[in-house]
Amino acid sequence: MTARLPCPIPAHADLAPGADPTVVTRGHIGSPDPRPNARRLLQGRGTYIDDLRVPRLAHVVFLRSPHAHARILKIDSSTASRAPGVLGVFDGPAIAAICKPWVGVLAHLKGIKSAEQYPLAIERACWQGEPVVAIVAETRAQAEDARELIEVQWEVLPAITDMDASLAGDPVLHPELGDNICFERSVDTGGIDEVFAQADVVVEETFQFGRHTGVCPEGRSILADYNAAEHSLLVHHSTQAPHMIHDVLARHFDIPEAQVRVLCHDVGGAYGIKVHVYPDEICTVATSILLRRPVKFVADRMESFVSDIHAREHKATVRLAARHDGTILGIDLRDLTAIGPYSMYPRTSGIEGNQVVNLTGGPYRHQHYRAHMQAVFTNKNVTCQYRAVGHPIAVAITEGIVDLAAERLGIDPAEFRRRNLIPDDAYPYAFPSGVRFEQLSHQQCLDRLLELMDYEHLRADQAAARARGCYRGIGLAAMIEVTNPSAAFYGVGGARISSQDGATVRLEPTGALTVLCSVTEQGQGTETVFAQIAADVLGVSMERVRVITGDTAATPYGGGTWGSRGAGIGGEAVLQSARALRAQVLDAAAAILSCDKAQLDIAQDAVIDRLSGQTRLSLAELGRICYYRPDTLPAGFQSELVATRHYVPRDYAFAFTNGIQASWVEVDIETGFVQLLGHWCVEDCGTVINPLLVDEQIRGGVVQGLGAALLEECCYDDQGQMLNAHLGDYLVPMALEMPDIVCAHVQTPTRTSELGAKGAGEAGTAGAPAAVMNAINDALRPLAARVTAQPFTPERILAALGRV
Amino acid sequence: MKPSPFDYVRATNLTEALALLERHGEQAQILAGGQTLIATLNMRLSAPDWLIDITRIPGLSGITLTETHLVIGALTTHREIERSALVAQYAPLLGQAAPHIAHAAIRNSGTIGGSIAFADPAAEWPACCVALDARFVIQALSGERRVSARTFFRGLYDTDRAAHEIITAIEIPRERAPRRSVFMELARRHGDYAIVGVALLGRVDQGRLSDVAIGYVGAGATPLLAQGAMAALEGQAADADVLARAKAALAQDLDPSGDLYNSPATKRHLAAVLLERAVKQLLA
Ligand SMILES: Cc1cc2nc3c(=O)[nH]c(=O)nc-3n(C[C@H](O)[C@H](O)[C@H](O)COP(=O)(O)OP(=O)(O)OC[C@H]3O[C@@H](n4cnc5c(N)ncnc54)[C@H](O)[C@@H]3O)c2cc1C
Repeated sequence: MTARLPCPIPAHADLAPGADPTVVTRGHIGSPDPRPNARRLLQGRGTYIDDLRVPRLAHVVFLRSPHAHARILKIDSSTASRAPGVLGVFDGPAIAAICKPWVGVLAHLKGIKSAEQYPLAIERACWQGEPVVAIVAETRAQAEDARELIEVQWEVLPAITDMDASLAGDPVLHPELGDNICFERSVDTGGIDEVFAQADVVVEETFQFGRHTGVCPEGRSILADYNAAEHSLLVHHSTQAPHMIHDVLARHFDIPEAQVRVLCHDVGGAYGIKVHVYPDEICTVATSILLRRPVKFVADRMESFVSDIHAREHKATVRLAARHDGTILGIDLRDLTAIGPYSMYPRTSGIEGNQVVNLTGGPYRHQHYRAHMQAVFTNKNVTCQYRAVGHPIAVAITEGIVDLAAERLGIDPAEFRRRNLIPDDAYPYAFPSGVRFEQLSHQQCLDRLLELMDYEHLRADQAAARARGCYRGIGLAAMIEVTNPSAAFYGVGGARISSQDGATVRLEPTGALTVLCSVTEQGQGTETVFAQIAADVLGVSMERVRVITGDTAATPYGGGTWGSRGAGIGGEAVLQSARALRAQVLDAAAAILSCDKAQLDIAQDAVIDRLSGQTRLSLAELGRICYYRPDTLPAGFQSELVATRHYVPRDYAFAFTNGIQASWVEVDIETGFVQLLGHWCVEDCGTVINPLLVDEQIRGGVVQGLGAALLEECCYDDQGQMLNAHLGDYLVPMALEMPDIVCAHVQTPTRTSELGAKGAGEAGTAGAPAAVMNAINDALRPLAARVTAQPFTPERILAALGRV
Repeated sequence: MKPSPFDYVRATNLTEALALLERHGEQAQILAGGQTLIATLNMRLSAPDWLIDITRIPGLSGITLTETHLVIGALTTHREIERSALVAQYAPLLGQAAPHIAHAAIRNSGTIGGSIAFADPAAEWPACCVALDARFVIQALSGERRVSARTFFRGLYDTDRAAHEIITAIEIPRERAPRRSVFMELARRHGDYAIVGVALLGRVDQGRLSDVAIGYVGAGATPLLAQGAMAALEGQAADADVLARAKAALAQDLDPSGDLYNSPATKRHLAAVLLERAVKQLLA
């Protein structure tokens, strides 16, 4: 049940432009309203693509390359084509005939290059799991049976699996590109060598990060329904960005934009995995066009592991120069990352490395920075943007080297951070790499964190434990986070991805509200947040607000969900459209009541007298009159009970947020097992619209970060075979191993919007791995052991301890 | 992930099931709790023509006591064993091991017979049975036989059971006074198959150990009886020297292969750590 909260009166004086954004109304905004859709989902009444049944539905499965790199000599599908239930078997050329290929590059990532990619491999497969043949049948089981009858003759080619070997460029994966470097980027503020030469201390470390992936409860899935009679395409898709997909389908299949519709139902988790253009999904659309009937594809768990994007395979060497007093003088970084055989379309696989360069050292106030990053091709699954893109790498590199410097100088890590974090009164502030911060709260967050975790007490506990031969450690990780991205993220590079979002708010005849928003929902509660905002602005109770998202035929145009933008950008669009509607409702009320609009307000589902608070007219009555008896309104008055507004951040490229996390662990030095005893996160996402949902986002994000730190890795052999492509061996974090995660917030609303909300969805994932790494190393410090390669498996810890 | 097509028969009595197995030989698979088999079918790692469901056969489930043995029917679920008062009294080791098997939902369906038949070296029941010197009752149309757990497991997923035979029960020798026992394992997440685990039985009299039995999980191609370590501990007070000798003996006793995350050397190290911890707990 939705909690009802009293709506304060007068709730919402219309804000003048430039008014203090922190004065956003407080009613539902700021209250921990539970998600109305949670009940539906928990009762099993969600609708996922797998639940959809339409007449004449066919099912497609893919024969995927069993090799990391192989030439396709011959495909014999003659037996499979005649197998029971089979409707069609298609190879690369058959699909390419109706679908234009793509290249995952963007103009603002200077020099990025990649090769043409097709829905199904043509002539050559470049990773184990690349789709090669599509088999469509009446049932999924029949399609899988037929798949076993296909014979492919392969000529196995040498696979590039190691990133250093790839960099050396022998062989070159795509000869037409000249070398294996997909993208490289450098930043240099100048003078770094002198700074290092003159520093009191210089510390250096190499950090390694295992590949992992975002494991969505609902696998990737799509149901494509091509209608030949009108050359139209309806696609039911489990995606984060329906308008982006809409545009891609229209262009690559030459179908007029107006004849495409992308519809999302419930999306069972996405984490960035479902914001890309996947060959098998595009191929599903192609088979629907070729067969002129609806075709469904649902990725099963095993194929998800070799076809959902991976992320974060990095090796970074970082140096930090400091003075005796702990002042950080400069940071020098070299990062190498392997992205698979292609840059992903349309967002590219260059962004993660780019973010590492942008964000490393970000919380601190040193003035010298040099970084060089290279992203190289390999014959493993493609990598791309997964929750917190680049942040977990940058934060671990930064916080790992900061802890090492603190240790070398004998300064407590909390104190070391206090001395170096950008002071809260230093804003606006430009970081040496060029990014600009509007207003951050590092010092406040640090204070709050130390108080929340009772730092001194934990240090005492740690000392007492050590006396008993028990090794406990504390790890801190400060961070900055990119949220509310403007067009600077993709649009400027030529990507047809909207950074602007829109909302339409409509008053229905019963006084209910319908909100249509281009930002989508994947389980994080975005729709609840929109309902809260609309309810507050219009004085309507939450139960009477219905939110519709994820339908390109219904909602305004927009970017969807990615980059921690849903609440900050979509929420502001809802706020502005609700404000516009509010003014229109008051116009109608003034017309009905023959009074001055300025005397009226709206609260508790009714138009009220602004001064006395007396009810003048219920919204239901207003709706009835405007819709059914417009004849009774004053001559010449036309009511408009719907409004649409859009929002895109313009003042800053990104609304940076900040935060800090702490991890408290115990390491069993005989077994190398790490027990997570506690985790804390204090972050500043500006206005907290719904503390319950923000905390859920933080906790969920932290858990994914803990998975990265301790458990998750896509393990490959040197032939490019993924060895753990199922949930038995790919270890996701589970509840029993998770610590309590305590969240707190400092609120520094962004002045770039009236709502003041910044993103929160990726903060947990960004900082958790670094906090755990530092905690483990803090525990191991008396034994002079360190770990730097994630995930920190028992074996790696034992090896660091010299026990195996 | 859909299995290859198969025919399904739900046997109503043992003779019917055995006759079907005789007829279809290697083409048939017995379906018990399905917690291993269904996954292998869906992943098409196994594609039998026939599934013979034995779960409705009367008399294959439940825990009873005879003069000489604690008898556990093959269809008894992990959960029933975990909760059984008879087990707690006569073979507490099994009760200690049960919570380590998978998750509650799986323990509610998975059976001890299935676990023994599947013979995963990383599974708990096989190693416990080896330590307890249990025997398995194996039925064919031609008759019934009993095989010691210590000879039943022959190699990786390879057992003494022929394709046409059904395991009907597990018999654990009754002891006048049950030995103390400890079960310990190392798994990175609750419910995962162990990296390595140990089942330890013994009596403690004035600090000295006797009737020691040690079974190992995940330390070789089969569940293993650590005879060298047993001999090193038998009749001894487990002081540092004795423990060191027992741990050293594991080098011969165990033969672990590596897995994705652990080398054989790591597993040997962990097995030794567990032995010391288990002995200390047994003595405590
Ligand atoms: C996620 C997960 C985690 C797990 N973790 C663990 C774990 O930590 N430890 C552990 O021990 N197990 C674990 N298991 C396996 C589980 O314990 C199984 O229940 C057990 O291994 C098999 O029992 P079953 O009754 O389910 O057998 P089934 O799956 O039905 O059958 C397994 C095999 O045994 C044969 N078989 C079954 N019964 C008999 C019989 N009476 N006579 C002859 N052959 C027979 C079948 O033909 C088949 O080949 C896990 C399973 C899952 C899904």
